[in-house]
Order: sequence, then structure tokens, then C-alpha cells
Amino acid sequence: MLTDLLGFPPQVLFGQLLLGLINGAFYAVLSLGLAVIFGLLNIVNFAHGALYMLGAFAAWALAHFLGLNYWVALFVAPVLVGGFGMLIERFLLRRLAGVDHLYGLLLTFGLALVIEGVFIKLFGASGQPYPTPAALQGGVNLGFMFLPWYRGWVVVASLIACGVTWYLFEMTKIGAYLRAGTENPKLLQAFGVNVPLLTTLAYGYGVGLAAFAGVLAAPITQVSPLMGSNLIIVVFAVVVIGGMGSIMGAVVTGLAMGLIEGLTKVFWPEASATVIFFVMAIVLVLRPAGLFGRTA
Amino acid sequence: MTTKLGYAAALALLLIAPFFLYPVLLMKFLCFALFACAFNLILGFGGLLSFGHAAFFGGAAYITGHAIKVWGLPTELGLIVGAAAAGIMGLGAGMLAIRRQGIYFAMITLALAQMAYFLFISAPFTGGENGLQGVPRGTLLGIVDLQDNMAMYYFTLAIFVAAFWLIARTVHSPFGQVLRAIRDNEPRAVSLGYDVERYKLQAFVLSATLAGLAGALKTVVFQLASLTDAHWHMSGEVVLMTLLGGVGTIAGPAVGAGVIVALQNLLASGPLSAWVPVVLGVIFVICVLSFRRGVIGELRALLQKSF
Repeated sequence: MLTDLLGFPPQVLFGQLLLGLINGAFYAVLSLGLAVIFGLLNIVNFAHGALYMLGAFAAWALAHFLGLNYWVALFVAPVLVGGFGMLIERFLLRRLAGVDHLYGLLLTFGLALVIEGVFIKLFGASGQPYPTPAALQGGVNLGFMFLPWYRGWVVVASLIACGVTWYLFEMTKIGAYLRAGTENPKLLQAFGVNVPLLTTLAYGYGVGLAAFAGVLAAPITQVSPLMGSNLIIVVFAVVVIGGMGSIMGAVVTGLAMGLIEGLTKVFWPEASATVIFFVMAIVLVLRPAGLFGRTA
Repeated sequence: MTTKLGYAAALALLLIAPFFLYPVLLMKFLCFALFACAFNLILGFGGLLSFGHAAFFGGAAYITGHAIKVWGLPTELGLIVGAAAAGIMGLGAGMLAIRRQGIYFAMITLALAQMAYFLFISAPFTGGENGLQGVPRGTLLGIVDLQDNMAMYYFTLAIFVAAFWLIARTVHSPFGQVLRAIRDNEPRAVSLGYDVERYKLQAFVLSATLAGLAGALKTVVFQLASLTDAHWHMSGEVVLMTLLGGVGTIAGPAVGAGVIVALQNLLASGPLSAWVPVVLGVIFVICVLSFRRGVIGELRALLQKSF
């Protein structure tokens, strides 16, 4: 095989590609949430990584204190964290209406510091283990690589979440309102639509997506207070590369960046932590508006 | 007139301060005050929120440390080399980041700074997790021994005053006026024939260079350069100092730096030491929600109202 000629056993190559695909799935779901929030609120949610972490901790707490299993957590945790997000929007972010959008970024940055700081104080920097659900333990040997069921499930579940979001935005009445709110909130309000409520819901939905990704990540990475803070910076780079204009753009860019990162781990491991930032720099030179961006 | 009196009083206070307060703490304050003032040049007067200034601060800290410790350069030259390196980094980062505006500018600078952070972790000369330790302070022009805290303090103060004067001079110069015009209404500045991108880039490079000078000075004072200096928390801290003191005011960032450094120092020894990030986060939220003009901005508004 070609990969043998290059000196890498296929298991290594495909194993890293799978890991890349999983990371890419997280990038896709997180950047999609950022795009939903950006559409209506015009802010970049710096607390997205902290809320992703909250999702994972919510799943852990549901299992630890209430004995609820993974499948329940997968639905309950995003609802809980999304509800928390709606409170943030209603009582904090809404007060920033009419001031420079940069203040929204600063406010959510402060919130991220608070949330992460509290969790580090409560749980320490080390992680809490979260078991892989019984139904998804083990895996299958595909001949060229071993596929753990859970990792396959993460990719499928992320794509389902993206698909549901796409359906919600492109095919339903509320999605039409959301898109209209992105284009012209004042006109939409004049038509009798409750735009402030819509904004709260959009923020809650974006945050819920982050929490969903957090639950998915819980059995793979340990549940730790800092699991979101470095991830979110990479997601920002992904958003700069793809632009926040379209759902498909966010998904494609997220998955592609994950795969590029995985490939870099095989061929040049030292550069794997920075490769996405390099791609961002190249995209900024060649196509400043981003690959799928409409305006600068 | 009030401004000049204020500066004179502040300078007099700084001159006698080391006889009453611990000089190393005061030097820490001066380094961060310079860092925040440099940062404010691009945020307050250019209207661009950089979330990556820690890369310049930390990068210069490493390079100055390496230049003095390994190459054996004299202290003054080491500081210049560090600041110049930060300026070059600023040129690279600025050329990429000014291609986008607003929120994207913040995300790009943050991502580029994170890239620099990863490079610092893996580069051999930074000492990785341990940092660059035991950097000698050396002597000033081969005469004054900077190992003495008082001598080091007045050297730091002299650099701070010179840099502060340069920033104030830049803001009030024709260049600074154009920069503010771009901040307030970019399309109008373009239509008036100004090369907007060039102005932004020059301001960004100057800001990065002075932020680098602050980081370089910090290395000499503490004889240490570490990953903390380049971490994105540091970028956030400088934003907070500027916001707290007053965005777009000349002295505000220095005041904000004073408050934050004093607060960190007070909390560090007490039972709240583990809560410092939470406290900073809460101050951040309060500032953004109800104190957007900052200390100096509020004072100025108060003065204008009463006279």
C-alpha cells in the first residue's frame, strides 16, 4: 500500500485521521453554535469553551449525583446549560444592546474566567473520569484500522446535530424568523415577531450545542475545568477560516481542519498544535473574508 | 492645566514611592502600566481590540532574557533587542490581522498569539515549562549596578516616563489625530484620502514594540521570563487594566494597571489567592456592564459636569 511505502503503517494513518475527524466534529458543532449566536447577537461568545466544559460537567454531575446515564445526559445537559445561557443573555448580554459589539466579547470573556475559575477551585485542574456508555464499548476491526464504536458515534452524533440545526434554520418557520432577525431585526419586530425572545432562544440554542459537544467529549477526554479554554481559541481560528456566513461552511471547515490536524500529527507531529493557525494566516492572505464568508 | 498638574503630582509620587513601598512591587506596576498604555494605543485610539498582546509582551521577555543571559549583551542593548523583536512580530501579526475588522480582528490576534505560545513551549531557548531563569540584571552603562533595587527602580521609572511621553506625544500628533478619525469613521477617513491600512499597521507596530519593551523590562526586573507572560490570560489582563482605567484616555491604563497589580498583591497572600481569576472575571463583567468609561473617564466626566 501507499502508506506502507511512506513508512507509516495504515493503522497509524487512519487512527490519526479518525482522531482528526472527531476533533473536526467538535470544531464543527462549536463553530456552528458561535455562528448561530453571532447571527442574532452580533457578538462572539468567548464563554463558548466554558459552556462546553459546563456541558461535560453537567453530564458528570447527573451520573454522579442522580445516577442518570449517558443517554439521558445527552439530552438533559444541553437543556440545563442552554437554560443557563438564556439567563446570561436575558440578564447580562441584553444590557449591552446599543453599545459596541466588542463589549459583548469582553463580557463573555469575563464570564469564562469566572466559570472556569470556580470549577478549578471546586474540582482542581485534574479531570473527573466519565465512563463510555455500555452500548458503545468495544469496536470493530475494519481491516486497515480498529474503529472504537464510541468514536464513530461521536462523529455521527455531531453530524446529526449539525443536520438538525440546518433543518431548523432552513426548513422551519422559526428558522425563517431567525434568518430574518439576522438580516434586519427592526423590520422583523415591526411584523410583530418578538425579536428579544428570539435572541434569547438563539443564544440558548448556540450554548446548548456547545454543551452537547461537551457531553460527547466527556468519555473521550476527562471532564476537566480547562477542557474548553484552549479548544475555543482553535475554534475561533476555524471561524476566521470559514467565516460565519453559512451552516454548511461551518461544518465543512470544521471537519476539514480536524482532518488537516490529524494528518499533520502523522507527518509532522511538532506542528500539529499550530497547523490550524497557519492555515488561518494563509487564508487571510489569499481570501481575507474567509472561505465561505460574504463580507469582511 | 489640570492634566499637567496631575502628571506632575503623579511623577512626584512615583519619585518618592520606593521609600514607602516595596520597590519590586512598584516596578511590577510600572511594567504593567507601560504594557497597558501601549495596548491602549491600538484599542483606545485605533479602535482595534487586540486579544494577542501577550505574545509581544512574552516574546520580548524571552528574547531579552536570552540576549542578556546567553549572548551576554549589556542590559540596555538587551531591552532594545527585545522591543525590536516584538515590533517585528507586531509587523507580521498586524499585516494579517488588519485585513479584518472588529470581532474578527480580536479573534485573529488571539489565534496568532496562541500560535506564538505553542512555539514558545516547544522552542529550545525558552526553557519550556520552567521558563528562562536567572537572567542577570547587569549594570547601566557599565557604571550603576542594577542588582540594587533602588537603582533598578529609577531606571525602570525613567524608561516608563520616556515611553509614556512618547505615547502621549503620538496621540496628540497629526498621526494620532488621523488614527482617531479612522476609529470614529473609517469610510470617511478613506474618502479623505488617508491610507487607512498603513496608519493602522504603524499604530499596531508601535503598540507591539512598546508592549515588548514592557515585557523586556519585566524580565530584567524579575530576572525571569516564563510562559505566563505569553499566555492568553495575560492578553485578557491587559484588556481589563485598560478597561478599568479608561479606554481611550492617556493615563487611564496606568491607573487600571495600578489597581489590578495592587489587588493581585493583596489577594495573593490572603485566603482568596486561588480565587484571583474569578475576582478578575467579576471585575471584567462589572466594568463592561456599568463602568465602561473607566476610572479616568468617569473622573473626566465628573470634572466637565462641575466646571
